[in-house]
Formats: sequence, C-alpha cells, structure tokens
Amino acid sequence: MATATFQIWRGTRESGEFKDYTTPISDGMVVLDAVHQIQAEQANDLAVRWNCKAGKCGSCSAEINGMPKLMCMTRLNQIPLDKPVRIEPMKTFPLIRDLVTDVSWNFEVKKTIRKFKPRKPDAPDGSWRMSQADVDRPQEFRKCIECFLCQDVCHVLRDHHMHGEFIGPRFMIYTAQLEMNPIDADDRLPDLRKSQGIGLCNITKCCTKVCPESIHITDNGIIPLKERVVDRFFDPLGRLFRKFGG
Amino acid sequence: MPQIDVPLVQGRFGATSRPATWWIQPLAVFLGLGAFIVYSTWAAYQGAFYRFGPYLSPMYSPELFGSAQAWFGPKPAWFPAFLPFSAAFLILWAPGGFRVTCYYYRGAYYKAFWADPPNCAVGEPRKTYWGERTFPLIIQNIHRYFMYLAVIFIGLLSKDAWDGFMNWPDGFHVNIGSLVLLVNVVLLACYTFGCHSLRHLIGGIKDVMSGSPVRKKAYDCVSCLNARHMRFAWFSLFWVGFTDFYVRMCAMSIWHDWRLF
Repeated sequence: MATATFQIWRGTRESGEFKDYTTPISDGMVVLDAVHQIQAEQANDLAVRWNCKAGKCGSCSAEINGMPKLMCMTRLNQIPLDKPVRIEPMKTFPLIRDLVTDVSWNFEVKKTIRKFKPRKPDAPDGSWRMSQADVDRPQEFRKCIECFLCQDVCHVLRDHHMHGEFIGPRFMIYTAQLEMNPIDADDRLPDLRKSQGIGLCNITKCCTKVCPESIHITDNGIIPLKERVVDRFFDPLGRLFRKFGG
Repeated sequence: MPQIDVPLVQGRFGATSRPATWWIQPLAVFLGLGAFIVYSTWAAYQGAFYRFGPYLSPMYSPELFGSAQAWFGPKPAWFPAFLPFSAAFLILWAPGGFRVTCYYYRGAYYKAFWADPPNCAVGEPRKTYWGERTFPLIIQNIHRYFMYLAVIFIGLLSKDAWDGFMNWPDGFHVNIGSLVLLVNVVLLACYTFGCHSLRHLIGGIKDVMSGSPVRKKAYDCVSCLNARHMRFAWFSLFWVGFTDFYVRMCAMSIWHDWRLF
C-alpha cells in the first residue's frame, strides 16, 4: 500500500519542532484524513481543530507546504508526495498547541464594526423592497466561512503584526457586505480610513488567492471600499462635481 | 481596535515553507516591467524614427511639439535648453502615471520591486510598514485622475489607428502596420475600460443600480473587462512596446511594412 510522510508541527507557543509521520494513503484522501489517521495510530495527543470535513465550517485552517489551506479541502493527489508534506499552524495568530491557534482576535475585531442599520421601511407593513441584482454584490461576501486563511496570509498581519491598526481582509469584506447592502443606512468610511486601516492594504491579492470560497476579496471587496474612501477623502474634484451635479 | 497580547514570531527575509520556486513569479514580473521601463525610456530619449507614413508610435502620441506634423509645430523656443527634448516626454507621464497607480500593477510591483511581500506567505526584508495610508504611497489615490486622461488617450490612439488605414496618399490601405496600431488601441481600451476606478465611478459607487439599466449594463461590461485586468495589463504593455518598435523599424528602413490589400 502507498504511504506518504507528513512533517507536522508539534509544540506550544514556547517551544516545538516538526515531527515526521509516515502513514498509508489511499485514493480520495485529503490532508485532514491523513492527520486523523496519524492522530489515531501514532500521535494520540496531536491537537487539531476540525468540524465539518466539507469546507464549510472553516475550522481546519493550517499551512500546507507553506500555503494557508483548509486541510479538509486539500486532496493528497493535488500535492507532491515524493517529499514530506509539511503541515504547520497559521502564523498570524497565537499558537495554542500543535496545529491549533487562538483566532479569538477576529471575533473581537468583528465587534468593533458598525452593525447593520436599515433605512426606514419601504412599505407600511415595515418591510423593504430590493432587487436581486442589487443584492448580488454583498451576497458574494456572505459565502465567507470565516476560516481566516485570508487573515493568515495577509502580510500586514502576518509579517508586520499590525493587529491593532488593521482589521484584515476578512473584515474588509464583512464591511463591504454591510456598506453595499441596498437597505443599510450607516456610514463606515471614516472608520475604514482611520481605525480599521484600509490604507494599509497594498493589494497583493494573497487573500484572494487562498480563499477556499473563491471570493474576489480584493477586486470586489477591498478595492471598491478603497474607491469609496477616495470619493470621500481624496477626490476634491469628484466631490465638487457631485455637489453641483447632483 | 483589539490587539494581540502575545508576541508573534517575525519571519526572516525569504522565510517560507513554500516550494523553492516561489520566487519565479515575482522575478518574471520584475523582468517584464523592468524590460519595458528600460525600452520605453530608451525609445522616448531617441526623439526620432517615431513616424512612418501615417503611423505614429503610441509612445509619441499625441505629438504636441516636435516634427512638422505635430499639433503645435516644432520644438518650442521656450523649452529649457538644458533639458533633453523629446515629444514623448511631454505626454508619456499620463499613461505612465495611469499604469504606476493601477491597482493591479501596484500589487505586482510592491512584490517584485519592493519585496513587500516578496510573494504570498514569504518573509519580508523590512520590519517597518506604512502601506498606502501615509506619504508617499497615499498619492496612489490619484489613480482616477490618470484614468480620466487614459480614456482621452484611447480616443487619440483610435484616431492614429484610423489614420493607419485611411491616411495613405493613395487612399485606403490594410498594411501589417495598420493592424499593429489597431490591435494596440483595442488592447489598451480593454485595459483602460477594465480599470477598477472606472468600475467604481460608472456604477460601483451606488448600492442600487437596478433602477438604472444603462448604468447597470455599463457596470457589468466594465466588470467583465475588470475580471481580465491583469491579462490586458500585460498584453497592452507588451503591444505598446512592440508597436513603437514596429514603427521604428519601418522608419529606419530595417523592416518592410507589407501591404495586405
């Protein structure tokens, strides 16, 4: 039976190392299957977070051969097995143990974003009217499963650790989802520019590249928000034109 | 904003678990953009061989001052003598500025020329980072103004392409050069009309577009081109350089401009 070797990070925040595990593999296996097999047969104390095994819960985020990926969606026949497959925890968040990181910072960030605030209802019964064509844009961002792979790969957080100044791509598209909602009436642009640090994004598109839901994070989310910030704060001619042109 | 109270590890420059080939993509961008910058600077400095028959090199169009066919005649007397004169210098800043501030190119050259980051999930050489929120890179927000100029250039280059077919002494021609100029303006139009700023201004600025079918259609068209923005950025960049080279080779009588019909 075919086997493959996996180099898995073992350790805590203070110390750790990569350990090699060789395990049998079969057709259709994903990386998470191999990790579970190793956990069952060779390393019962291996810490790994997982839940749905279907790419919808966003729990099993890790770095596979250096790229942030969901372990449950990475098939073994998509990666070279002639060399050991390296599996390590996300680097942008504090390590708890082995492959498990503390992603609670993301939930704290989410609380700081201004909530959905609908305009006055369109109908006397308190309901609103909207067209599907107008909802298509924000609906793309609702596909997000909050795996935080985009946060992990973003170099502003990963390399520069600017967690206090930048909300990261996940929350840029969350903000875009609210801002582009046809019945939302709140204004998040001042926050985006100042406390949420949209100017820190330098559009490397790494977030888009790793998104398991294929959301166009940069082109459809972050850049349109940047353009709205330009409208408000950096385009005097445009403001003048809109003031007199309606 | 919440902060993480645990110190995270700063990776050293180039640190990554990615396969050893991660540098190929930024190197290709570096070489591609670098080659164009070198060639276009050299071509702009020449100040000669940019016209052949009805053809005008896109690096010199519109020709404001320079030859007898220029809009305002030969080199003006007020032009400072200590500065090198070329008709290209007077106009290249506009399409150059459009490309330099383009969202696609920004991401590409930050990686390839400034290693910020060198590639996705690869360690950076510097510890400090300002991004585009302070000087100098906050100037990138000027992109939409360059976009307005770029749209005007599409009109001017369309006229050049038209002349390449219609403006021969004996009437209508289809030469290889006519097609080169036509492909040039088509690729540049596909690049310019897929601009992120244009996409925003034409419809993205609105949360509700369903009530304006023309606006919605225009937004969808720009979005369609925008999805291929990177591809058109590279194709049009290469073709601008090739068009200048073609006109130059014909003007120097090194290449023959074949007539098809």
